[in-house]
Amino acid sequence: MTRRTIGDVILAAEGVSLSFGGVKALNDISFDVREHEIRAIIGPNGAGKSSMLNVINGVYTPSQGRIVFRGQPFARMHPHQVAMAGVGRTFQNLALFKGMSVLDNIMTGRSLKMKRGILAQMLRVGPALAEEVAHREVVERIIDFLEIQAYRKTPVGRMPYGLQKRVDLGRALAMEPSLLLLDEPMAGMNVEEKQDMSRFILDVNDEFGTTIVLIEHDMGVVMDISDRVVVLDYGRKIGDGPPDEVRENPDVISAYLGVSH
Amino acid sequence: MTTAESTLALAERGEPFPRLLIAHAAARPDAAALREKDLGIWQTITWRGLRDEVERIAAGLMAEGLEPGQHLALIGENRPRLYAAMIAAQAIGAIPVPLYQDAVAAELVYVFQNAAIGFAVVEDQEQADKLLEVAESVPGLQRIVYDDPRGLRNAESPALLSFDALVDRGRTLLASRPGLLDECAGRLSPDDVAAMFYTSGTTGHPKGVVHTHRNLTMTSAAASKMEGLGPDEDVLAYLPMAWIGQNIFSYAQWLVCGFTVNCPESAATVTNDMREIGPTYYFAPPRVLEALLTQVTIRMEDAAPLKRSLYRRAMAFAERVGPRLLDGDRNVSLGDRLRYRLYDGLIYAPLRNALGMSRIRVAYTAGEAIGPELFRFYRSIGINMKQLYGSTETAVFVCVQPDGQVRADTVGPPVPGVELRIADSGEVLIRSPGLLREYYRNPEATRQVKDDEGWYHTGDAGYLDGDRHLRIIDRAKDVGKLAGGALFAPKFIENKLKFFPFVKEAVAFGANRDQVMVMLNIDFEAVSDWAERRNIVFAGYADLAGRDETLALMRECVEKVNADLAADPVMAASQIHRFLVLHKELDADDDELTRTRKVRRGPIADKYAVLVDALYGGRTEQFIETRVRFEDGRIGAVSATVAIRDAKTFPAATAAGEGGTASRRPAEAAA
Repeated sequence: MTRRTIGDVILAAEGVSLSFGGVKALNDISFDVREHEIRAIIGPNGAGKSSMLNVINGVYTPSQGRIVFRGQPFARMHPHQVAMAGVGRTFQNLALFKGMSVLDNIMTGRSLKMKRGILAQMLRVGPALAEEVAHREVVERIIDFLEIQAYRKTPVGRMPYGLQKRVDLGRALAMEPSLLLLDEPMAGMNVEEKQDMSRFILDVNDEFGTTIVLIEHDMGVVMDISDRVVVLDYGRKIGDGPPDEVRENPDVISAYLGVSH
Repeated sequence: MTTAESTLALAERGEPFPRLLIAHAAARPDAAALREKDLGIWQTITWRGLRDEVERIAAGLMAEGLEPGQHLALIGENRPRLYAAMIAAQAIGAIPVPLYQDAVAAELVYVFQNAAIGFAVVEDQEQADKLLEVAESVPGLQRIVYDDPRGLRNAESPALLSFDALVDRGRTLLASRPGLLDECAGRLSPDDVAAMFYTSGTTGHPKGVVHTHRNLTMTSAAASKMEGLGPDEDVLAYLPMAWIGQNIFSYAQWLVCGFTVNCPESAATVTNDMREIGPTYYFAPPRVLEALLTQVTIRMEDAAPLKRSLYRRAMAFAERVGPRLLDGDRNVSLGDRLRYRLYDGLIYAPLRNALGMSRIRVAYTAGEAIGPELFRFYRSIGINMKQLYGSTETAVFVCVQPDGQVRADTVGPPVPGVELRIADSGEVLIRSPGLLREYYRNPEATRQVKDDEGWYHTGDAGYLDGDRHLRIIDRAKDVGKLAGGALFAPKFIENKLKFFPFVKEAVAFGANRDQVMVMLNIDFEAVSDWAERRNIVFAGYADLAGRDETLALMRECVEKVNADLAADPVMAASQIHRFLVLHKELDADDDELTRTRKVRRGPIADKYAVLVDALYGGRTEQFIETRVRFEDGRIGAVSATVAIRDAKTFPAATAAGEGGTASRRPAEAAA
């Protein structure tokens, strides 16, 4: 099977540093993400992976350096603006509405794309109805894609964890992002669920051409599905390249396995 | 109505399927032929739309080089396009071979080589990947057409072709050859081969069962006529197309009667889709009915005490009165009728609705023997559930229970057109228009089952009772004797055990032995639910299966079966003396079940020989290590120390009084 063609750089981190008081979470990190690729950020606990994702996402503002997205540099941007620019994300600890159905949860991902006023939407009149039908179709395609038809009307809180992760992915896909940030998509999953999720990530990338940046603990999964990998340790970048190269990198091995000093 | 009669008349003459399609499209062009739930909405395909699609697919297959007489594999869930492809292949004169979608590549290789299959139409990437693997050892496999393109956009193999591309090629060809479908269908003869089905093969390699158009259409027509099936039926197609039961019911009878076949959204949504469609004609093997009942039982166990007691009372009453009402018994008292009405409003009707069975006129169960209690449950709540008897080789319909003559222990009288005779050995022999022409490329096997006078040897042992209803005891070769000379029918015992919601599978041993012993599989869902309610902590399947509490629960089930067996003088000697609970689930991937989930007794006895020895050797536990095959094909090993327990048996005479036959309703068993 061929891989889709990888394009130009669409996202770059340039010398990004981030401190919380005296703690340096990120220290002068630079890397880039090319269009249509699957880019992984890995590292041991506390390496700064989630902080990095939050900087890209606009949740944190870097103390130094900047993010360039589609040629547009920004150091200070609101998460809302980032989302409008086409960056979607999922969360490590899930941020779903537990009492709402799968359908409604994924529908919330469409809210950025909804044009009609809240009153018209409540009354479901005229153009608001047509709009809802169109959005519903997009949501249905996602439900179909993620194979969760059987759970359409099920409240998310009643579903197994592995499926909730899938709904979280669905909600992110609903905004039709061009860049998708996945924060530990396989955390807490069993082997079979991990395989399913890997398949979905590859399919998203393949079907929609979505560029994917993912953080992951499970080295095996990362090495299997990513095109290039950035390795962080204590806020510093210690490796960057294709999986095979990174695997051989002595700094990476010592960060993961520890070395005797 | 006249149109239905006319296609029925065509079918009674054995007309080929493509001509039936053309007749429907001409007579009722805008009626619904197929429905499929897509993006949450039921989409309808009309008979005219289907006819046109079939014509394009047939032309596409022709353009790709499919020749008359060639085999074409169909693999996937019930999808309208696979149905259309089946008619299209038949129109060309090619022979569709539906195969099980969960078969692994290694199993498929044999079939592809055996039937020299060059073409395949599959549902999705999963199947396409599997066939690409098959193609490595079957060079003749030149074309794999896939319906769902997901995950295959960048696939490079030259053998792959998308369904859309196939249809486009067909359209191009049709531009120069209009009327292609009529022309092709006109050339077909009723005695052309219509389809080939591989038998699940409880022993050795699967065998290809060759059926002509006449075999399938005449048999389907006779059964449809007997039940009064018409164009207004709704059917839910949810069982594998490779199983002839499903194929007769939602393909052959569909084209004969012209009713609507509904394809569920996915395998996981069947229960929901069934509720939405409300089928009027329904076909389910006992294991599906069992799973549904297990679900109901579990839910009722979790209900509030008041509801639970109301349910129990209503069900006890239904068991007494329901089947009699359904059979049109005039002796049911007015008081009982009114009480049934009341319970119907409160319990039975909502229950039927929850099961999606509110509109059912005719429901069949077949595939294997059904536990009488399970069968009675559905009849007692007013569902016209009937048994039928048949096999792949007989195009299903041999015996069907007519309305009003339904009994739990027989499968009914022969369908019109079927001759039935019992051989001296007790084996059931059949002669009918639906008999297979032959086993593909296997004249020896054909000779073994079909004698010179055209009688088919079913391999089942049975007898005709006073009303000429057939009663099946077991597989002729499985019915054995205990060392003491008493009859030993393992299936009979296993089915009794499997009726308990907690027991998923059972394997009975006893042929030429002194006593009967069983191996059990727990139903993980039901037992874990039971355990949770009792605050029993467990780590997983093997742990739960081995817990003392679980063993005690299983012992209760076994002893109830013993009480039942003791009540029957013929079976009293077959009471279960010792049992064990297996540490892993029996699985088709490990060759322990067939693809239709029938127990393969021989391979199990070999694989678990140490356990069988331990059962008969009087040991109280036994260590065993077994190989398992995971879904992705890897092989691992699981080991466990399996405990063996004794069960109480009852003296044949006294048990009838205390054990009672009606004492084993699921609700009570679970309590």
